[in-house]
Amino acid sequence: MSSTEVKKIEELANQEYKYGFVTDIESFTLPVGLNEDIIRQLSAIKKEPEFMLEWRLKAYRHWLTMEEPHWSNVKYPAVNYQNLSYYSAPKKKPALNSLNEVDPELRATFEKLGISLEEQMRLSGVAVDAVFDSVSVATTFKEKLGELGIIFSSFSEAVRNHPELVKKYLGSVVPSTDNFYAALNSAVFSDGSFVYIPKGVRCPMELSTYFRINAANTGQFERTLIIADEGGYVSYLEGCTAPMRDENQLHAAVVELVALDNAQIKYSTVQNWYAGDKEGKGGIYNFVTKRGACRGVNSKISWTQVETGSAITWKYPSCILQGDNSIGEFYSVALTNNRQQADTGTKMIHLGKNTKSTIISKGISAGKSQNSYRGLVKIARKAENARNFSQCDSLLIGDKCGAHTFPYLEISNPSAQVEHEATTSKIGEDQLFYLNQRGISTEDAIGLVVNGYCKEVFKELPMEFAVEAQKLLSVSLEGSVG
Amino acid sequence: MLLEIKNLYANVEGKEILRGINLTVNKGEIHAIMGPNGSGKSTLANVLAGHSSFEVTKGEVFYNGKNLLELSPEDRAREGIFLAFQYPVELPGVSNTNLLKTAVNEIRKYRGEEQMDAVDFLQMIKQKMKLVELDDSLLRRSVNEGFSGGEKKRNEIFQMAVLEPTLAILDETDSGLDIDALRVVANGVTKLKSAENATIVVTHYQRLLNYIVPDFVHVLSKGRIVKSGGKELAVELEEKGYDWIKEKVVA
Ligand SMILES: Nc1ncnc2c1ncn2[C@@H]1O[C@H](COP(=O)(O)OP(=O)(O)OP(=O)(O)O)[C@@H](O)[C@H]1O
Ligand SMILES: [Mg+2]
Repeated sequence: MSSTEVKKIEELANQEYKYGFVTDIESFTLPVGLNEDIIRQLSAIKKEPEFMLEWRLKAYRHWLTMEEPHWSNVKYPAVNYQNLSYYSAPKKKPALNSLNEVDPELRATFEKLGISLEEQMRLSGVAVDAVFDSVSVATTFKEKLGELGIIFSSFSEAVRNHPELVKKYLGSVVPSTDNFYAALNSAVFSDGSFVYIPKGVRCPMELSTYFRINAANTGQFERTLIIADEGGYVSYLEGCTAPMRDENQLHAAVVELVALDNAQIKYSTVQNWYAGDKEGKGGIYNFVTKRGACRGVNSKISWTQVETGSAITWKYPSCILQGDNSIGEFYSVALTNNRQQADTGTKMIHLGKNTKSTIISKGISAGKSQNSYRGLVKIARKAENARNFSQCDSLLIGDKCGAHTFPYLEISNPSAQVEHEATTSKIGEDQLFYLNQRGISTEDAIGLVVNGYCKEVFKELPMEFAVEAQKLLSVSLEGSVG
Repeated sequence: MLLEIKNLYANVEGKEILRGINLTVNKGEIHAIMGPNGSGKSTLANVLAGHSSFEVTKGEVFYNGKNLLELSPEDRAREGIFLAFQYPVELPGVSNTNLLKTAVNEIRKYRGEEQMDAVDFLQMIKQKMKLVELDDSLLRRSVNEGFSGGEKKRNEIFQMAVLEPTLAILDETDSGLDIDALRVVANGVTKLKSAENATIVVTHYQRLLNYIVPDFVHVLSKGRIVKSGGKELAVELEEKGYDWIKEKVVA
């Protein structure tokens, strides 16, 4: 560290005394910079038990020994981790009185996506008390889940109310030392979701962060942990199709899933973080570690994702197929436009006998974007009769974009059956002309072709989500031709 | 006058294909265009539909009094021009129903008409399917994907029946059809005919013209209409081939 940097940090460290941190938690923001003291403060603010602080510190110490990875097929300017603030209490947004006060451009996008008025108000921070009381809806919802013994809360609440569960499973799928971003997340994660499905319980509704009180502002280091105990089932939805802006450029979330014997977890994501302007300026960097462990026999984990946002996406939802006969699935649509870069895919690690995995990846590149699929299928020595089917398709729109496929195979058991199919196609001018000739504009024609191309993935999404996702693709591709 | 083509010249990749086409089509008429391979029949059809690979270098086209060449391909379609393609393209993942529903509603929107609701749409589709004896399963499948040659052609006529064009251009819709399919398709076309619309049929075979009886037959050769006549001309061409016409032009 140079002497000026040291000085800067000292300066920043001194600032905390200037502003104090015990005064007003509501409007409190930790000073920029990262050190053990900051982590202690963070943990104290969140009133965490001792084990949690120890866990964070251990992760932090390991993180210090790690280097930022540069193996993915994306390029971005270096992030200065000492120049970030690692805690900011939820700010009260100035409430707007009606939708008329909302940025018209944002409203137009809402309309195109077919987002309901109530939802529009919620997303844009209009005071909603009389119109739509989301808190009371969420409360009813929570009561219903409570009757079944399902725990669905913010991560912070879970740390305080169910420390034994958190202690048992946190980091059991993604260890705090797993990779640079996961280690950073483990040290400083702000909040996120926690779900526990008890033995034999089938969660009767889709769980979405939307219904979680205090879901707003989980910050840039989100942490999610979902556990389905023996015979449990849950379908979890993350994200929404509305464009999400955030003042924090770097997002490094960690999601861990644990499925015990005969349990099943379905995790669906629609990600539409701000991608930056046409030149890619100001977009979000999304570096996520998502992993599920099929720990029990006959367990199953399915990841379905529709990725259209972020300036840079770096994300590989994976499955560790530990239990015999367990199943892992990955269905993905990743769309990049303008200057976006995405490096995404999955890892299927077969450890148990008769384990099965399916990978369906649909990449769509438009504009000057770069879209890479990176996938690993690993069959361990003891994984008798493992099977994998992978299909990775790339669709190009225009000739200034790129699509890349990096499939990796590691097979240590001769009984494995692995199939890989890959195609690259372009939206043909003849296809577009054919649709034009039927009275359909080029933009709508691209929407039809692209949605057709993604059908296999969309059919894995819960119905409502699928409809929104289709619209989202069309909106995301606007202006990609002509 | 529905369509008026005046001295039309068009290039593809710098090569001149259409070299002075003149043709007038009125409502209620059926015109047949015949001519040797490569004479420019599909080019003419594509130019009328607005394909961007073809560059019009000279001439004018009026459709319903509008300057057709100024309209985008989708607006031409919405104005009632339909092209049954010689080689219909495949659209993986896009179902026939979805395509047609989008098309019908786009056309309606353009014309300031109300959107059609799902129930009415399905009813209409059922009825049109009967007209061309189209199998139910083809509706749900992806457009033309894995269709047999004949099924593709029949599907084009089905789409035409749904979209009810004012000017239909059928580019070799008869090629690849078996005898029964030919009859079905031709009957479909005949039933859709009215005093308010017109049809241009591009074909190599007089056979089709026994079912769809043309008011005029034109022979296209090297980018020009070199002979026009009544339906007898098609019979004559079937007997003598094209050489006698080509010779006459040279002479
Ligand atoms: N996209 C293209 N690029 C290059 N040449 C083209 C293209 N389209 C058509 N041509 C050429 O233009 C000429 C006329 O073709 P066109 O398809 O109009 O003939 P046609 O009369 O329809 O023939 P057929 O009876 O075989 O269908 C041919 O020489 C053809 O090779
Ligand atoms: Mg032709």
